[in-house]
Amino acid sequence: MKETKIKTRDLSLYYGAKMALNSITMDIPEKEVTAFIGPSGCGKSTFLRTLNRMNDLIPGVRITGEVLVDSLNIYDKQIDVVNLRKKVGMVFQKSNPFAKSIFENVAYGPRINGINNKTKLEEIVESSLKKAFIWEEVKDRMNDSAMALSGGQQQRMCIARTLAVEPEIILMDEPASALDPISTAKIEELIHELKKSYTIVIVTHNMQQAARVSDLTAFFYLGELIEYGKTRKIFTTPDKKHTEEYITGRFG
Amino acid sequence: MDNPEESRGFVFSKESLRKKFRWSEFLSEKIITGVGFLSITIIILIFFFVFKESIPIFYTKKAAVKVESVQKQEQYGVDTNVAVNASGQEQYGVTARDSLMTENQPLAEDTVVHGSDVATAKSLLGTKWMPVSDNPRYGLIPLFVGTLKITLIAMLFAAPIAILAALFSASFAPYWLREFIKPAIELLAGFPSVVIGFFALMVMATFFQNLFGYDGRLNAFVGGVAMALAAIPIIFTITEDALTAVPRTYTEASLALGATRWQTALFVTLPAATPGIFAAILLGIGRVFGETMIALMATGNAAMIGINPFESVRTLAATIGAEMAEVVFGDTHYNVLFLIGSLLFIFNFSLNALAEFYVKGKLVKRFQGKQS
Repeated sequence: MKETKIKTRDLSLYYGAKMALNSITMDIPEKEVTAFIGPSGCGKSTFLRTLNRMNDLIPGVRITGEVLVDSLNIYDKQIDVVNLRKKVGMVFQKSNPFAKSIFENVAYGPRINGINNKTKLEEIVESSLKKAFIWEEVKDRMNDSAMALSGGQQQRMCIARTLAVEPEIILMDEPASALDPISTAKIEELIHELKKSYTIVIVTHNMQQAARVSDLTAFFYLGELIEYGKTRKIFTTPDKKHTEEYITGRFG
Repeated sequence: MDNPEESRGFVFSKESLRKKFRWSEFLSEKIITGVGFLSITIIILIFFFVFKESIPIFYTKKAAVKVESVQKQEQYGVDTNVAVNASGQEQYGVTARDSLMTENQPLAEDTVVHGSDVATAKSLLGTKWMPVSDNPRYGLIPLFVGTLKITLIAMLFAAPIAILAALFSASFAPYWLREFIKPAIELLAGFPSVVIGFFALMVMATFFQNLFGYDGRLNAFVGGVAMALAAIPIIFTITEDALTAVPRTYTEASLALGATRWQTALFVTLPAATPGIFAAILLGIGRVFGETMIALMATGNAAMIGINPFESVRTLAATIGAEMAEVVFGDTHYNVLFLIGSLLFIFNFSLNALAEFYVKGKLVKRFQGKQS
């Protein structure tokens, strides 16, 4: 097992009075793909969003426990959320390009970090798009609106946009759920490639996808972490009956 | 449910499925259509009326001339009592001009008015607005300049304030505050403009005079700031709606890239809402352009041309408001006021149309990705 990148300790989350996550403790290793699976409403997306504090945006959310990224508690009062999110990037379920050109989309992150040099920006944009396997498709139309890209291309461009700020961890919230099988295959291939240099946490509804792309799998149910371990083990010989039932499709 | 025909209310047969004429449906449909057309017709008729009344300026219409000559006659009768008395007698030579006019009424007066009527059409582009004088001049330029000046001043104040307030409300204010701010400012939109005018007249005018130390108490600046008060709620509301309509995913994407809330608001939310903000400003301009009461009360109403913001101005709308009640029906002056009305109408109509079509086109393009 590689070194631990993210640790959560007794992490609970409440929407108002309702408990959405119940005391979750888990270790996520560096430069591996960790998949969260579970039925809708089980808290897996909520949990993902606590890892870069995107839940802060929702009014009425209360969190107890700790999330340690590189041994630093990100819910400490001293932590700057803005810099945290540069380190822990996120890709969303629905591709969400800005209504700008492809170039401007990818250059947005570096730009807000104060890089204004045109050549430098071009370099970053090109390498990010290459890392996301979309450079060949868009290199001749960098000034076209990103809205004109297909769904799959948009999603890969969004990944490139995330890569442009050089995060260490990438959180993916069902990145392929709105895509066709070919685009999905491309995203999965991309995830394989990215895990060489990034720690990836992915939420997915698609169990085959979890089995294909992940090294570790965590099964969530009703806000609790039911089982967490090597993907192969979870999908072949799970310890808990619940996990087995979900994976074999008996509920969910 | 033994008998489905009973619960359904009719027996399913060829007979019962025959087309029926339903009176209530027919009537309600016709009434709604009628009301719709009625309102459209009324608007069109108003426009035609306003437009029609302004047309005589461009022709020398006999009807208009006649009315005017009658009026002139009366006035002369009152003013030059002596002259009328003397007209048939010895003092002929003393008031030669007056009596000549009175005696040869139909001919002389006709030609005089005729002459000034032709002159009127030309003087529309002049720089003097002097509708009540011996030699009336109807130059619209000072009124246009006055209106534009007021609009500019009002927009310089209203647009930044309203847009920033909307940005605050949409992107920064906590939920409870937002729920309070928005309705409160929207209530201001229904504020009677006479109250704003009154406030400008009594309070703002003195305040600004003490602050800047200029001479004329009522001027374009005071008027413009007062108009800004009237325009802010409109610009605010529409901008706020446009900003809130920016998909949440945009904000999330930006924040997840490590942008601060300000960066997100300025570089993502605001640009995405530009078409809406543009429309908001256009509607604000429309409001200021047509605003009468505040202009009447706070601008001083002297038709002057100049760039000094502390000079008095007279706006197009205020001119109608001030003079329509005293004008002679069918007079050239009357026609010119209607011309001003038509111009206001056309201007506001095009502004609204621009706001509507530009924004729709722009939004559609932007979100379907047909432009960069």
